[in-house]
Amino acid sequence: MTTEVQDTPRTGELEIRAIPPKHPWRWAAAAVVVLLAAMLVYSMLTNPRYQWDVVFSWLLARTILRGLLLTLALTAVSMLTGILLGVVFAVMRGSPNRLLSGAAGVYIWFFRGTPLLVQLVFWFNLSALYPRIVVGVPFGGPELTALNANALISPMTAAFLGLALNEAAYMAEIVRAGIVSVPAGQLQAASALGFTRMTTMRRIVLPQAMRVIIPPTGNQTISMLKTSSLVSVLAIPELLYSAQIVYARTFQTIPLLIVVSIWYLALTSVLTVAQGKIERRFSAGEET
Amino acid sequence: MTQHMTRPLLQAQRVYKNYGANEVLKGVDLDVMPGTVVCILGPSGSGKSTFLRCINHLERIRSGRISIDGDLIGYRQDGDKLHELDEKAISRQRAEVGMVFQDFNLFAHYTAAENVMAGPVLVRGEDRTSARARAIELLTRVGLADKVDAYPRQLSGGQQQRVAIARALAMRPKLMLFDEPTSALDPELVGEVLDVMRALAAEGQTMIVVTHEVGFAREVADVVVFMDQGVILEQGPPTAVLNNPSNPRTQSFLSKVLT
Ligand SMILES: Nc1ncnc2c1ncn2[C@@H]1O[C@H](COP(=O)(O)OP(=O)(O)OP(=O)(O)O)[C@@H](O)[C@H]1O
Ligand SMILES: [Mg+2]
Repeated sequence: MTTEVQDTPRTGELEIRAIPPKHPWRWAAAAVVVLLAAMLVYSMLTNPRYQWDVVFSWLLARTILRGLLLTLALTAVSMLTGILLGVVFAVMRGSPNRLLSGAAGVYIWFFRGTPLLVQLVFWFNLSALYPRIVVGVPFGGPELTALNANALISPMTAAFLGLALNEAAYMAEIVRAGIVSVPAGQLQAASALGFTRMTTMRRIVLPQAMRVIIPPTGNQTISMLKTSSLVSVLAIPELLYSAQIVYARTFQTIPLLIVVSIWYLALTSVLTVAQGKIERRFSAGEET
Repeated sequence: MTQHMTRPLLQAQRVYKNYGANEVLKGVDLDVMPGTVVCILGPSGSGKSTFLRCINHLERIRSGRISIDGDLIGYRQDGDKLHELDEKAISRQRAEVGMVFQDFNLFAHYTAAENVMAGPVLVRGEDRTSARARAIELLTRVGLADKVDAYPRQLSGGQQQRVAIARALAMRPKLMLFDEPTSALDPELVGEVLDVMRALAAEGQTMIVVTHEVGFAREVADVVVFMDQGVILEQGPPTAVLNNPSNPRTQSFLSKVLT
């Protein structure tokens, strides 16, 4: 960011010409960057081990596209569930009832305090901890029906649970920040008008909290798209695991990882543009 | 009509309120007749705001009783016990009492008209078209016909406070509570808000006004109340309380405000 001073000389007065400062080091750094970029491009074009022909042959392959769809579906469903649960936990967190707010606090503490990968593997192995999931009267009462946990918690369920429950903890904090950003005076005014707490939350608090909630939620969505690749450890054929299946067979590891990267980059770029549009729409409504 | 005048609209009897160990209201008694204006004066921390907030049950009282038009506020009496009402019933009672705050507290995401419509539409379930027509009528009454579609941030403090008054009036409240409505305003904007309140008083709206504007109290109030340390020390017509206060604490407070 150079600031160039442009003095417009007034006629009849001494003319002063402003000379912008020179930045020799900036130029040197730029030259180094250009040089490194050129080397990289050159090697990408000439190093045969990139196998660009293989990259392009797999880029639109059916198995890769199916993985891509699954990645998108997992991201959308986990994100939506995470947002809904996040709103619930955020409202609980702010409840005057200590038990409710404490429970939400513990939830957030637990799911933010352990690695997502550990949570995913944990859900996957839930049947080791609770082999049978029983519907009935708790604490040793009669059973209505019992389900085999192994059958209930399929890898797909484990993946969805892991991603959504983890996301809920982060979304709860984001929604909470939005809720507390609404001035307390407006809540009082709403109460004084005869609003119930529910109406106040829906009509006064959440619409205004959106301005604070939307930008980080966009970031979370983009992050979720990439993080969903973690479920490849559960052998869910999303984008990454689909590619892994292929290269385990063909040993074309690098080209297939390039295919995967191209798709992630394309999707995050689209999401980033969409995020910018949504944020601008929201702030436009705010300024007028 | 005369028979109607015999019963106070608001009756507060021996109202006690504490925050932990801090006793804020220590037996407040006040009757407000329909169609009258009561101005409450008193030093900072004397419990004026707390008392107003008890009147629409924004705060729970510890003991005593507050009733409006004969209805006990916030509680249901069962023998010698009081049970707190459920949220719906409390909301219905609050809808009958308008409140105007020092900081306006307009809903920032709503236009002036939408702020005024909020109560009728979201609380009483009136239809938007007629609610908007009435909002425009009310905004015209407070001199803001040209600001109907403006957002709060586009309005001056005085204009925001007039929208807040219109918003409270939209519920056709039996009683209007004002908590220092002009204290957050630049001096040149105080007049426009007091003018609106003067007009309301002239129309016969029952009002309780906590204020430091002694001039307004002298001119508009039917009853002036002086509150200190959680009790009402003195009440009566403005000439009596403001010109010849009998209590030494009232005297010393007034001498400070009037100079
Ligand atoms: N929510 C609260 N929690 C704890 N204490 C409170 C609360 N609200 C008010 N108080 C205390 O109650 C006392 C009376 O406060 P209140 O706001 O009613 O006074 P006030 O007469 O309106 O004063 P001011 O002229 O400054 O507005 C003060 O000591 C205050 O610190
Ligand atoms: Mg006060």
